[in-house]
Amino acid sequence: MSISIPGSPERAALLNKAVKGRSLWDDARRRLLRNKMAVAGMVVLALMVVLSLVGPFFVSYSYDTVTKTDVWSAPGVSGHLIGADSLGRDMLARLFAGLGVSLGIGVVATAVSLVIGVAWGATAGYLGGKVDEVMMRVVDTLYSLPFIFFVILLMVTFGKNIFLIFLAIGAVEWLTMARIVRGQTMSLKQKEFIEAARAAGLTSRDIIVRHIVPNLLGPVVVYVTLTIPAIIIAESFLSFLGLGVQAPMASLGTLIANGAQDMEMAPWLLIFPSITMIVTLMAFNFIGDGLRDAIDPKDR
Amino acid sequence: MLRFLSRRLLVAIPTMFLVVTLAFFMMRAAPGSPFVNERQMTPEVQKVVEAKYGFDRPLYEQYGRYLADVVRGDFGPSLKYRDKTVLEILGENFKVSLWLGLSAIVAASIIGVFLGVIAALRQNRPVDYATMGIAILGVCIPTFVTAPLLVLAFGSILGWLPLAGWSWTKVAGVEFPSWKNMVLPVTVLALPQIAIISRLVRAGMIEVLRSNYVRTARAKGLPESLIVRKHALRAAILPLVSYLGPACAGLLTGSLVVEKIFTLPGLGKFFVISALQRDYTVVMGMVIFYAALILILNMIADMLYAALDPRVRLS
Repeated sequence: MSISIPGSPERAALLNKAVKGRSLWDDARRRLLRNKMAVAGMVVLALMVVLSLVGPFFVSYSYDTVTKTDVWSAPGVSGHLIGADSLGRDMLARLFAGLGVSLGIGVVATAVSLVIGVAWGATAGYLGGKVDEVMMRVVDTLYSLPFIFFVILLMVTFGKNIFLIFLAIGAVEWLTMARIVRGQTMSLKQKEFIEAARAAGLTSRDIIVRHIVPNLLGPVVVYVTLTIPAIIIAESFLSFLGLGVQAPMASLGTLIANGAQDMEMAPWLLIFPSITMIVTLMAFNFIGDGLRDAIDPKDR
Repeated sequence: MLRFLSRRLLVAIPTMFLVVTLAFFMMRAAPGSPFVNERQMTPEVQKVVEAKYGFDRPLYEQYGRYLADVVRGDFGPSLKYRDKTVLEILGENFKVSLWLGLSAIVAASIIGVFLGVIAALRQNRPVDYATMGIAILGVCIPTFVTAPLLVLAFGSILGWLPLAGWSWTKVAGVEFPSWKNMVLPVTVLALPQIAIISRLVRAGMIEVLRSNYVRTARAKGLPESLIVRKHALRAAILPLVSYLGPACAGLLTGSLVVEKIFTLPGLGKFFVISALQRDYTVVMGMVIFYAALILILNMIADMLYAALDPRVRLS
């Protein structure tokens, strides 16, 4: 039996294969796992997550223990595996804590941007017409604002609160998500299954929540893997200007900022967090690229 | 073209209005006032000073007055540096940021196009992989990581370049910044842009080299170097033009960090300090200035794009 499927022949072939028991997602997973860089990225990232969660239990110091005698200890001296900072705090413990905070902020702020972006984009794309025009005009207007300045203003004016950081960064990052989701929704709503849902009498809200949003998963997942590192960078950027996570808590950004201040005295304070940051960001990037290739085969 | 321009300006008006409004109310919602930390200011004196700047009036009235002033191009005096107007401060500090930004974008365009073309011509060969590997690194490593690392390497350890600072030298009556101070900050700003530009150009070039008119040119027997320079490159660098707008936004945020690390007297560094000091007028002036700058640059990029590519119609 052959089914006629709208779209490119590749897609038709892919879907016909799916009849033989391989779903679109099986194929995507297969392609992803064949991509060596993406797999390496996932392994590294998993390692980072585990380290940030379990690591602190294996370090004999806490991230905020001040030891006066250990100020600027070199790596390996008096039990500080990668040295100690200007207050004699163990760098390894601070690195684990900072990594955890950075990853946490990345995930939470991405979730904020995800919820707003998907809701906004799907609604605009599905309803179309005047509503769409107004909603996307809002996005365009916000897009052209120098947002980093408003985030800085927000941090300066309302105090350096970690929840505010989540909120501020998440609120900035949803714009691109909304655009992507809207584009996808507009093409999705032409599909027969949406028509069928409408014929069955579902309300717009139900169609968006039950049928549109689940089918947006592909591009959204790709964009999420690219948003998390962008948010980690944004938070670090704020930390660098002294507006992010406050002491004694650490993020990769504050560690790099402090390391930059003391780098002539103790270069290891700069080098270890910088390497951690670079490796983490690259891991995300490779996963993102791999996912895009896997989920969206026409881009290969 | 004229219709496009007027349309874009019309759209820019609500955006700028939103910018002014947001900046005004966010600044005023902040606890503290520009006069709080000053010594030798009795409450009476403070009241007089506040009255002088109109802070004793209701907020909506201050907002209305500020809006009217801005429309006339008057951004008021600085509240911290009382002998200077906001525009004077903007002008002084923007000089440095402008030098940095322009040098970075010029350097990034030249190097990025060069790398992108080479990678495209040697697609899937070692040169291509090396260039694109560097490009991925450039995208992944944020400015606040490259900046201290480069200072550590070239400033502290090798001692080739100054660690920080800025100085002007007069050449034939025109002030130029000293190149030694520029090298590191410009490199830091340019690296991520080089990465993005080389990827854009590579993708564009690969596509164009497969197109029919390039095949025709080859069939005519034109030398490959001529085809690349005259036929392919022109079409391949088009995406670069539309990337100009976002690139400038990236440079702006990058310059915040770069100016802080290299202690350069630019706008970015001044912004954070002014916000912390609650210098209302200066902060609002800067936000408006940056927003206008981004809007204008985006508009220019779009117009350039249309001018270079006859297939694009502005509407």
